[in-house]
Amino acid sequence: MGLSNSIIRQNYIIPADDFSLAGEASSSVKKMLNQLGVPPKTVKRVSIAMYEAEINAVIHAGGGTADVAIDKEKVLITINDEGPGIPDVELAMKEGFSTAPDSVREMGFGAGMGLPNIKRYADKLDIKTEVGKGTRVQITVLL
Amino acid sequence: MKCKGRDYMKVSEIAGILEAELLTGEENLDMEVHCACGADLMSDVMAFVKENVVLLTGLVNPQVVRTAEMMDIKVIVFVRGKKPDEKVIEFAKDKGITIFITKHPMFIACGKLYSSGVTGRGVWD
Ligand SMILES: Nc1ncnc2c1ncn2[C@@H]1O[C@H](COP(=O)(O)OP(=O)(O)OP(=O)(O)O)[C@@H](O)[C@H]1O
Ligand SMILES: [Mg+2]
Repeated sequence: MGLSNSIIRQNYIIPADDFSLAGEASSSVKKMLNQLGVPPKTVKRVSIAMYEAEINAVIHAGGGTADVAIDKEKVLITINDEGPGIPDVELAMKEGFSTAPDSVREMGFGAGMGLPNIKRYADKLDIKTEVGKGTRVQITVLL
Repeated sequence: MKCKGRDYMKVSEIAGILEAELLTGEENLDMEVHCACGADLMSDVMAFVKENVVLLTGLVNPQVVRTAEMMDIKVIVFVRGKKPDEKVIEFAKDKGITIFITKHPMFIACGKLYSSGVTGRGVWD
């Protein structure tokens, strides 16, 4: 693969206003990983995990930021938001648990499968959250 | 999957079986399809990891196209005659994703494909 020892870093703003456009950051990262020659299966795992987290930031937290760091060994994605936080992370991780409003469900989201999906596709998932302050979701996919 | 002795079906054949109308993405008509995913929940689609997938769905919002992009799904069929907005079609065109609409409802559309030999499953099923 065309990755040397250097670290590639990218930052993205995840806008809150337009759910229909959500996913731009994940789309850019997917393109970048493809250009770097990362194996397609790995690209897909990163894409899905990041997209789920990006959508969560839009739906549940009024947008946020995404930081991506790629080195020889891994892709590290950090999604930060200043939303309401998650009161019970263990519960939120359960398949089927969702507080998404109907407007979101009508668009095919809100099944409570996002966090479990991230966990399934990532090599490591770390969630730091504080009620009233925000949430940091950190996803590691090994290369 | 067996399609008259082959293990794939062309996108154009899928369109024929579903009597579907092409809205964008002529360039993929000769592409091979190995399996189909019928879903109205995007998280179900994101749990469907396979290559050469056609997605059938009753939702017509831009996130369907975005989800397909993330999953490397190149062909979407909107069922029950639901027509997407122009901006959804444009979005798909940008991403090189083919869009069809079929008048058949989800169950019938899936049944037609299945009985024609498109029987592949997702990895996580
Ligand atoms: N960034 C976040 N800020 C606040 N709450 C969140 C955040 N991410 C997830 N949650 C909470 O955790 C729940 C479960 O999240 P998960 O992604 O698994 O499901 P969902 O987003 O509700 O539905 P789906 O992902 O299937 O579309 C959410 O409904 C929400 O209550
Ligand atoms: Mg979610």
